[in-house]
Amino acid sequence: MTLRDGIFTGLVVLVTLLGFVAARWGKANLRHLEEWALGGRRFGTIVSWFLIGGDIYTAYTFIAVPALVYGAGALGFYAVPYAAIGYPFGFVVLSRFWSLASERGYVTSADFVRDRFGSRPLEIAVALTGVLASLPYIALQLVGMKAVLMHLGGAFAISNGELALSVAFVLLAAYTFTSGLRAPAAIAFVKDALVYATVIAAIVIIPAKLGGWGHIFAAAGPKLLLAPKQQVAYATLALGSCLALFLYPHSITSILAAKSKEVVQRNMVLLPIYSIMLGFLALLGYCAIAAHIATKDTSSVIPTLLGDFFPDWLAGIAFAAIVIGALVPAAIMAIGSANLFASNIFSEYRHARGHVDAHLSKLLTLALCAFALCFVIFVPTAYAINLQLLGGIWMVQIVPAFVLGLYTRALHPAALLLGWLCAMAVATAMAVSTTLGGTGISPNITFTFWGHSVTAFIALYGLAVNLVIAIVASPLFWTLGRRTKPT
Amino acid sequence: MLRARYLLLLVPFLAYLDPALYNHIEPRLFGFPFFYWYQLLMVPVTSLLIACVLFLGRARR
Repeated sequence: MTLRDGIFTGLVVLVTLLGFVAARWGKANLRHLEEWALGGRRFGTIVSWFLIGGDIYTAYTFIAVPALVYGAGALGFYAVPYAAIGYPFGFVVLSRFWSLASERGYVTSADFVRDRFGSRPLEIAVALTGVLASLPYIALQLVGMKAVLMHLGGAFAISNGELALSVAFVLLAAYTFTSGLRAPAAIAFVKDALVYATVIAAIVIIPAKLGGWGHIFAAAGPKLLLAPKQQVAYATLALGSCLALFLYPHSITSILAAKSKEVVQRNMVLLPIYSIMLGFLALLGYCAIAAHIATKDTSSVIPTLLGDFFPDWLAGIAFAAIVIGALVPAAIMAIGSANLFASNIFSEYRHARGHVDAHLSKLLTLALCAFALCFVIFVPTAYAINLQLLGGIWMVQIVPAFVLGLYTRALHPAALLLGWLCAMAVATAMAVSTTLGGTGISPNITFTFWGHSVTAFIALYGLAVNLVIAIVASPLFWTLGRRTKPT
Repeated sequence: MLRARYLLLLVPFLAYLDPALYNHIEPRLFGFPFFYWYQLLMVPVTSLLIACVLFLGRARR
């Protein structure tokens, strides 16, 4: 075993142990849903910072964002504005949601929707959207791990890395089952320390070896700027993704684990530190171009770049950072979707939430992990990526019910449901239609309005349909229905 | 209900959502084209703006 493989294995084993030990963190009865799934809503500013950061900046991000910049140039940099404008949005919306949630004992976004609108179908719609968007996202964490395992080669790459992947994921499912949200929270400290070390080392070592940033940017050529037709796509991708960012069940789970509204607000100030790191990470895509790394499989760009430029021991740390960076969000995503299933889709568990048994959520977490693993082994990666893009587009469609619902009762639940249904259908049809010409789903679609052709993110077209229907149909439903509009 | 300090939170949206504002190479900074250093710089600016809203809210109470 080389030094690189030794360090890699050692670090992964260390966090696995940490995941199991985390069950003892703070005295708690882990059979209660709030203790198991939300860490007892006790996390302070620092733990929350690691947890939320570990959750939204995933291994897939580390692989995919630089890969997109490598392939598409400036357009791939939209990850920076998207993650930046997510925070002012989150500051306003999430602090309000946190207050309501702690007062009324919500564990999921759909809990709020049920309480606010009293509509079971709308609750199920919101919960299903979250689960459907999360499943391919969990699978993509495995794709990120696989890219690293394949690069390591040897025993790690046996049968396309699926053996090592299965071992890692079975362990992940086991410690998530026993420790709940405490496991990823404890591991997130190690993950972020390793990720920061890797990114800082990369932006010091790699540009120096490649002759400086000026030289690296020069190698990218015309891809450095957005083409005129890409500008609207860039802005709408940033805006649409920012709306989806905190609506994902894993984001909601880690936000609700904070111990106070102030913790959430302080985190919106502190989390952008990750976005700066993400920006530099994105630029490693250009470093790969300058280093003449040529590959068709863009998910191997970052492992190859780090493997080529880092000394062995540092490469071991970097690869461990990516793999552990996959485990943390995968665990939180599994917990978040299991909660939606247990609390909002299966109806028997709907009452007396505070002391609800976590048993069902725990079992569902195992099922979701198994599903994601099968997904990666049996479904081609390109489909997983397409489904994740589609998931992001779907996630935005709960904005009217969830975000507007936090501020107004004017919208009728049936109108919201109709808007959601039409928007999901229209957006899915648009996304599928983009595959007709080429291979994968394109997140953007071009329409011609009054002679101007506009290429924009499908999620926002869907949201427009969604909002128009919700707003126009609400007065109709209020008039038709027996229910009177609350004031 | 809407307090004036929340208007500060609109600044990042204005700064980022019109790419024509920053889709240029010049002026460069440390070899970085304007497109990149501007967007990276706006991240801590966003953070500071949120901090201002938070502290202004606290000072009022």
